[in-house]
Amino acid sequence: MSTTSDRTAAGRASAPPLPGPSGPSAPAAGRRGRTRRQSRAALWILILPFTVMFAAFFVAPIVFALVQSLFTVRSSGLGFGPPETAFVFLENYATALGSASFVASLGRLLLFSLIEVPLMVVTSLALALLLESGRARFPRFFRVLYFAPYGVPGVIAALLWGFLYIPATSPVLQGLDAIGLSLSPLSSGGVLFAIANIALWGFAGYNMFILIAALNAIPSELYEAARIDGASEWSVTWNIKLPLVRPSIILVTVFTIIGTLQLFVEPLVLRPLTTAISSDFTPNLAAYNQSFAQGNPNLAAAMAVIVALVGFVFSFGFLRLVNRKGNRAW
Amino acid sequence: MVRSRRQPLGSVIAVNAVLVLAAAYFLLPLLWVVIAATKSPGDLFASFGLWFSDSPQALENLSRLFTQDGGIFGTWVLNSVLYSAVGAFVAMVLSAACGYAIAKYVFRGRETLFSVILGGVLVPATVIALPLYFLLNAAGLTGTYWAVLLPSMVSPFGVYLARIQANAAVPDEVIEAARIDGAGDLRIFGSIATRMMVPALVTIFLFQFVTIWNNYLLPLVMLNDTKTFPITLGLTLWNSQTQRDPMFYQLVVTGSAVSAILLVALMVSLQRFWKADLTAGATKG
Repeated sequence: MSTTSDRTAAGRASAPPLPGPSGPSAPAAGRRGRTRRQSRAALWILILPFTVMFAAFFVAPIVFALVQSLFTVRSSGLGFGPPETAFVFLENYATALGSASFVASLGRLLLFSLIEVPLMVVTSLALALLLESGRARFPRFFRVLYFAPYGVPGVIAALLWGFLYIPATSPVLQGLDAIGLSLSPLSSGGVLFAIANIALWGFAGYNMFILIAALNAIPSELYEAARIDGASEWSVTWNIKLPLVRPSIILVTVFTIIGTLQLFVEPLVLRPLTTAISSDFTPNLAAYNQSFAQGNPNLAAAMAVIVALVGFVFSFGFLRLVNRKGNRAW
Repeated sequence: MVRSRRQPLGSVIAVNAVLVLAAAYFLLPLLWVVIAATKSPGDLFASFGLWFSDSPQALENLSRLFTQDGGIFGTWVLNSVLYSAVGAFVAMVLSAACGYAIAKYVFRGRETLFSVILGGVLVPATVIALPLYFLLNAAGLTGTYWAVLLPSMVSPFGVYLARIQANAAVPDEVIEAARIDGAGDLRIFGSIATRMMVPALVTIFLFQFVTIWNNYLLPLVMLNDTKTFPITLGLTLWNSQTQRDPMFYQLVVTGSAVSAILLVALMVSLQRFWKADLTAGATKG
């Protein structure tokens, strides 16, 4: 829209750089009004479809869950007559947090995050650094190979690892057994690690990809300069590479935190193989059960909201922690 | 870039040894499932997992896989392709338009809108799926293809990528020049800007494709007719029947092998289009 006046005498070349379609514009009558209206219309056409879909399939469910979590459905009187919906404020939250098994599942989820997040970040970072160290023989080949499991759905990954976790079908457990090591990944002590391994297998290559891209973005003059100064490979890694890919490490960490909160599929698939996984092993499983097996969607909504809150506290807590000193990453 | 330097042999060997070990780890389950898919149901549990049995029967397993329950596995594959391709394509178009508009137009509430959309990236999908079931149920959509397709068309992460890419790759001067030549805003977006945003568009499409393909919870809560199932849901249905009939183990194994190979092949062939640096550069934006 802000273009008409630029057409005159001075022409395009000397036109001031414009910050954007609706940036500051020279006064011009008539045509300008028309283009402005066209521009506004275009803006709406570009923005509305996504925004409407986002409102319907992201915002509305969250609002609905919030509202739903404040109500309960009671059978009226002696249990005859239609059930009625009653506003109970935070009662569902009190019920959820008063339930020992739900609190235990939250604790389990936190423990799982403590195992999974460092494991994921360190592994993907190590793979990225090794592949980009200049010492790898076939970096492209290895990169594609590590990335491949990302294409395997979590359900299928859990099914596959499930077979590798039971002695009858697992060549690994059979091999370890032959040398006198007997592992039982699906025991109550090992099952969180068994699940963490499935998630690591699926996503380490993807996170490695993000970190490699960040490493590649570092100007190579920095390395040259450091080497002329006699810096060792370790020192280059610590003092140049890690600080410069910090924003990407933070991104990977936040995505992994959010990923761990979704824990649902793996325990669901592994459950028939072990007694160590209960029907409310994770908060998401508990909410799913409340919703569809126990028929209490209101309590399920409260549980889902609690998980989302834990997620926000974790993500923002982590971002605050890393942004407190030094440069902001986000 | 560092390769020209003299490298100590010891560290080269150590680095490559670690990389080979990691490769073995990432390959192990895939290798196991491909080998297991060639075995008879009996040999599945009776022979060594990482080598073929004496009587491989890959073709027999495959034909059983595609004929079981009236050939429903083929339907599941097609459903997965339909959900993923259509969902990802629409998601790409919607996010590209919205991301471009946020990057290139100044309007009231722009940053608020962007923050809310970014917040969407941080909400676990599991938190949305359950309430969404009740909403779509009220709308009479549960049990239909739409119940999975419609929510799959929204990718907040895509908007994020599109905004970054529009800022980086579509110069304001080009937009201005096109306007001077009389092109309308929508035409500028449709035929000029989108071409400059191709790397981001491909990444958004692939990212969403894999996300939909791998999604389990959404189809689990939304669908009840096995004819509308994607592969993930179908295979867990069969897996739940293994207690009743152990023959289903072989079906689950062969089905897992086929679907894993399908997607790994897609990943590997398309990985050069997968611009991870967009996601990485995004954090600096």
